[in-house]
Amino acid sequence: MELPLFSVIDTIRQLGWTGFVELTRNGLALGSLYALIALGYTMVYGILKLLNFAHGDVYMIGAFIGFGVLNAFGGAPSPSLALLPLIVLMFLAAMLGAGALGVVIERFAYRPLRASPRLTVLITALGVSFFLQNSMLLLFGAQFRSYGSFQLGSGNPGAFEPGPLVDPLFTIVGVNVQMIQVAVVATSVGLMVALTLLVARTKLGKAMRATAFDREAAAMMGIDVDRVIASTFFIGSVLAGAAGVMFGLMFSQIFHFMGFLAGLKGFTAAVVGGIGSIPGAMLGGLLVGLVEAYSQGYLGGQWSDITVFAILIIVLLVRPTGLLGARAIQKV
Amino acid sequence: MDPERDFSELPEPGEPGSPRVGVDEWVAQADQLEERPTGIAGVLHRVGEVVTPPLRLALFVAFAATLPLWLSTGDLFNYGIFVLLYVLLGLGLNVVVGFAGLLDLGYVAFFGFGAYFYALLSSEHYGIHWPAIVTVPLVVVSTACLGLLLGIPSRRLLGDYLAIVTLFFGQAFVVFVNATDPVVAGKGLTGGPNGIADIDPLSFFGFDVTTRTQQYYVLLVAAVLVLVALHFISESRTGRSLRSLREDPLAAGAVGIPVNRLKLLAFAIGSGIAGLTGCIFGTVLTAVTAGNFDIPILITIYAVVILGGFGSLSGVVVGATVITVSFQFLAPENPQSNARLLFYTVIVLVLALLVRSWWRLALVLAVTVALGLSVHAIVEAVAPSWTGGAVVEGGRFADAIGNWVLIPQEHANFGNFAYVTLVVAVLVLTQIRPSRRIFALPFVAYLAAVVWETSFVLQPAVARWILFGALLVVLMNVRPQGLLGTSRVEIV
Repeated sequence: MELPLFSVIDTIRQLGWTGFVELTRNGLALGSLYALIALGYTMVYGILKLLNFAHGDVYMIGAFIGFGVLNAFGGAPSPSLALLPLIVLMFLAAMLGAGALGVVIERFAYRPLRASPRLTVLITALGVSFFLQNSMLLLFGAQFRSYGSFQLGSGNPGAFEPGPLVDPLFTIVGVNVQMIQVAVVATSVGLMVALTLLVARTKLGKAMRATAFDREAAAMMGIDVDRVIASTFFIGSVLAGAAGVMFGLMFSQIFHFMGFLAGLKGFTAAVVGGIGSIPGAMLGGLLVGLVEAYSQGYLGGQWSDITVFAILIIVLLVRPTGLLGARAIQKV
Repeated sequence: MDPERDFSELPEPGEPGSPRVGVDEWVAQADQLEERPTGIAGVLHRVGEVVTPPLRLALFVAFAATLPLWLSTGDLFNYGIFVLLYVLLGLGLNVVVGFAGLLDLGYVAFFGFGAYFYALLSSEHYGIHWPAIVTVPLVVVSTACLGLLLGIPSRRLLGDYLAIVTLFFGQAFVVFVNATDPVVAGKGLTGGPNGIADIDPLSFFGFDVTTRTQQYYVLLVAAVLVLVALHFISESRTGRSLRSLREDPLAAGAVGIPVNRLKLLAFAIGSGIAGLTGCIFGTVLTAVTAGNFDIPILITIYAVVILGGFGSLSGVVVGATVITVSFQFLAPENPQSNARLLFYTVIVLVLALLVRSWWRLALVLAVTVALGLSVHAIVEAVAPSWTGGAVVEGGRFADAIGNWVLIPQEHANFGNFAYVTLVVAVLVLTQIRPSRRIFALPFVAYLAAVVWETSFVLQPAVARWILFGALLVVLMNVRPQGLLGTSRVEIV
């Protein structure tokens, strides 16, 4: 067996400083997507103690809704709408659609099981995820769909010309940072700030925190727990829908199974950051994104998933509460 | 009590009508009021009371042993061998999930580990050909050890976290085998997407297990041995401790049950059985690839255990039979007329379970048929392009279906719209008051038939995954204990 260590050192030397910055750029953009997905996981877990395996599929469906809107306006090279309103429309449609889907899933699959043992609910979540994936497979087929982000809005359907999304916005040490990468990071940060404010400042946020702390007590204080839980699912799914469109705009290729792996990664991010903690999910997302980008660059693509999974398992073994999670006390 | 009351009028103890000593009147009444299942559920319930476990095993063996006599080799492979493989897999998972209540989402990785390990030790891949009498026990023991290793986290990781670790272990296994494929001794250890081919057949003391019939009997012996062993474990002190662990680990620990040791034991037994199944699976297919050990298979094994009922051994056999037969009926290479028969049978069964009375069932079925005929007639008169499409592999029923179900000639997206409408209709159905539900049933049943004929029948392989996913959700919501499982004790 060839020792991988030497080849890693070789690769590090080869890629040099520019390569490192490039990987960091990719990792940050990817990580902000994972952070958005992780937020949905962590919020739902915080409030229901439920691993919503279907969350990754909500993200996938968000990507498909964005694709549908894009296609309705004539597709990538020359849409019949100006670029900015089109993208805003794609985001709005995907976020609302995903949010509605999240509420429906909660209402029909999870709410009847409020009082059931964990095992029952987890298996239901697994079933919902599998059901959604294969429904999309049935409806849209197994082929990849392309946002065509490279030439999106280039205005020239005949030639394969780069559109404004891939314009280099600025350059750091010789590495171009594309418009879309900046936009993705900026949008995710904006959404996270909005979420943090919502949880910290609004009445709904207070109700969410109260419900997460103690559902029964919250109900006795007059909080409509069912509504709060539905809102949590809505907000988490809205973020996943946004992440789906961002993925489409950044990587172009979407397909029915994309949610599974992204869900696992987002979930890893949530756990690494400390499940139930909102800043933890953001930190974890960026960390997972960076780890994936570095391992892709330095170890080779075939190792990147394994590295992420290994990190998750190690974090769970060494510090099950994650980086920013509070120590859980088992109540009897 | 009224002191003036004359007690001499009361019957003597022992006479009819006398108050039963030591029995609370309310409890006695409640006993009589206990709900007896009616309809199909009632019939199954009464049959289940008569047939005891040894009798069940005897019936199963008697039936299974005669299968090769009247099934063709291809059918024996598709139905007999795969049912038994899923029986074994389901039994192993049942120990972990059903007995001990640990959610193991990486179970399929142990199955894969067993298959790959056996393949490495007995195939052309590295030119190693150890005899099966050595390899099989070695594989079973090392898979059990791997399970033990993965089970150690469960000592610290409660509930959900265990599910995560095992899920990621399962995914890591698939990625490792499929994509990572590290180079060992000059070639990829696991063969990447091509997997490992040319696996030696099982052989015991010079006797090679090569034909399908021989493989089937080896599987049957393995399944019966595991069944019997698990029956005794389940009825032993260990089995009771495991069940108490499932119901309430904290209380189990408090009464002195060694919780951690039992969790590890359950994990090891489950993985060992998966490893054994992996060995046999590898020799039956003579090749292993990563796709055989991915999430869909995990879902199928869960469907087997859940349908049968957590912790029920005969449930696993029933679940494996039902799931595998429907799985094979829905395989793309199988004639669609079989799948159709299955589908309509399931519809009628579901209706029967929903309405719970024979004459109402007949009424609903009659209304459904009449509804279809009239809808078809009206649409044909108004917009003929929405009817008269070709029935896919209709077989004997082609004419009947063509005149009953709307199959448009064009309108390519009709099936997709029908599917989405059906999902919405089923969701709405759950919100209708049960007494009124019966009026909506014919419409939903007819819609299901339309979806089947216009959408599912074109992609049966996808349809089966959708149905399995839906099965998990519906069963968990309606009857979490499965068909034959005992319902969970309510903890207040």
